[in-house]
Amino acid sequence: MLHKRNPQLNSHGELVHLLSIEGLPQAVIHHILDTAGSFLSVNDRDVKKVPLLRGKSVFNLFFENSTRTRTTFEIAAKRLSADVINLDIARSSTAKGETLLDTVANLSAMHADMFVVRHSESGAPYLIAQHCAPHVHVVNAGDGRHAHPTQGLLDMYTIRHFKKDFRNLTVAIVGDIVHSRVARSDIHALTTLGVPEIRAVGPKTLVPGDLREMGVRVCHDMAEGIRGADVIIMLRLQNERMNGAMLPSAGEFFKNFGLTPEKLLLAKPDAIVMHPGPINRGVEIASDVADGRQSVILPQVTFGIAVRMAVMSIIAGNDAK
Amino acid sequence: MSTLLLDAEALYTDLVRGVRALLKPDTALVGIWSGGAWLAERLQRDLGLGGAIGVISSTLHRDDFGSKGLGGTDHTKLPFDVNGLHILLIDDVLFTGRTTRAVINELFDFGRPASVTLAVLVDRGGRELPIEPAFSAARMTLPREQRLRLARDDSGRFSFDVKGESGDAA
Repeated sequence: MLHKRNPQLNSHGELVHLLSIEGLPQAVIHHILDTAGSFLSVNDRDVKKVPLLRGKSVFNLFFENSTRTRTTFEIAAKRLSADVINLDIARSSTAKGETLLDTVANLSAMHADMFVVRHSESGAPYLIAQHCAPHVHVVNAGDGRHAHPTQGLLDMYTIRHFKKDFRNLTVAIVGDIVHSRVARSDIHALTTLGVPEIRAVGPKTLVPGDLREMGVRVCHDMAEGIRGADVIIMLRLQNERMNGAMLPSAGEFFKNFGLTPEKLLLAKPDAIVMHPGPINRGVEIASDVADGRQSVILPQVTFGIAVRMAVMSIIAGNDAK
Repeated sequence: MSTLLLDAEALYTDLVRGVRALLKPDTALVGIWSGGAWLAERLQRDLGLGGAIGVISSTLHRDDFGSKGLGGTDHTKLPFDVNGLHILLIDDVLFTGRTTRAVINELFDFGRPASVTLAVLVDRGGRELPIEPAFSAARMTLPREQRLRLARDDSGRFSFDVKGESGDAA
């Protein structure tokens, strides 16, 4: 029975690590989103801090560079009163030849209570979760092309905030889907939450046909992809992940798949436009759209902190057993 | 089956009287989620007080987070500036005092009230912290494992929900 269990959940079905949205029950996702709603109002208080993680040490282990995600995790942990230690692993121990598990064993000996892990290899956070002490919790902050669950959850929070119900929505995810762990996490979450139509939109080189197996409608034509959509999630063109020429040029991409005010007219009039950031203006999204009235890109950032507070406080409160 | 007979509506009448005696200018009623919030809502109406009540929950300041985890979502809503106000906390049942401690901490995250007082429907003893209500409509001693809390029906009438007697799950 044990080996069948989702490694993120304990024997009571409670979340102890957040590694991937895949396989998370709908109730767990809604619990995280409800809890995030509570934390959003903490920002309105005189004291923007609650003591839930007081005395706990959260280690940010970023084996891959990221300023934005690391900062939002840091803010979230500090608002929960945790002590936060940022380790620029890419430039320290690993460079000296230490293995991942040795690094984690050393940090555990420093009495870490939680690891927030970003790694270029898919599955690294799983490996850490399997080998860390029972009282230690692991949050995946992005692993390779595999998953970015907190981004997926904050996207779901944003959609729920603006659209209330998932069960009648058409959601278009546009752009570089093949390299995107955000897209994968979003697709799993949207499917679990009952979204009837999920579209993956982009050129053949960036939107693989096997996405159909995930129940997604693949569109290689932008107009077809966003027509009648309630939610448009634009993805960043990930230049740093592209080996070789998958695209003629950024200009060509913008012409075909960049979101302009004209193309946005094809979506529903009250459609919202999302983007995980950082945005490349004039590459995947026009400035007029990014700054326009349908854009919810900045609320996403605010919601992201509340969602990360929710995830950290929920897993820290649950025993591994 | 409960042998405990507690008339919540009769006790509420006493609570109205007790709370009226505690009111000062600049008093704001703040109900402790959830039973205390129902009481505060009705008291506000029955005492003819203007404005909205505050609701406060202990979720983010509980001392059993390490063992019990996050017990639910936060319901705190204080639609006024607490600075300088006389805050009258309302709760249904006062037991260990730990919830009261947590909500006082929660309250101070919003500012510095002039004073904080507590009025409850039932003080069931068993205190684990030095917290005493300024008014309680009833005082009694119950076994630790017995759970007592306020219930409210569709018409807004109060009753008590009693669990844990004679070996029931608490």
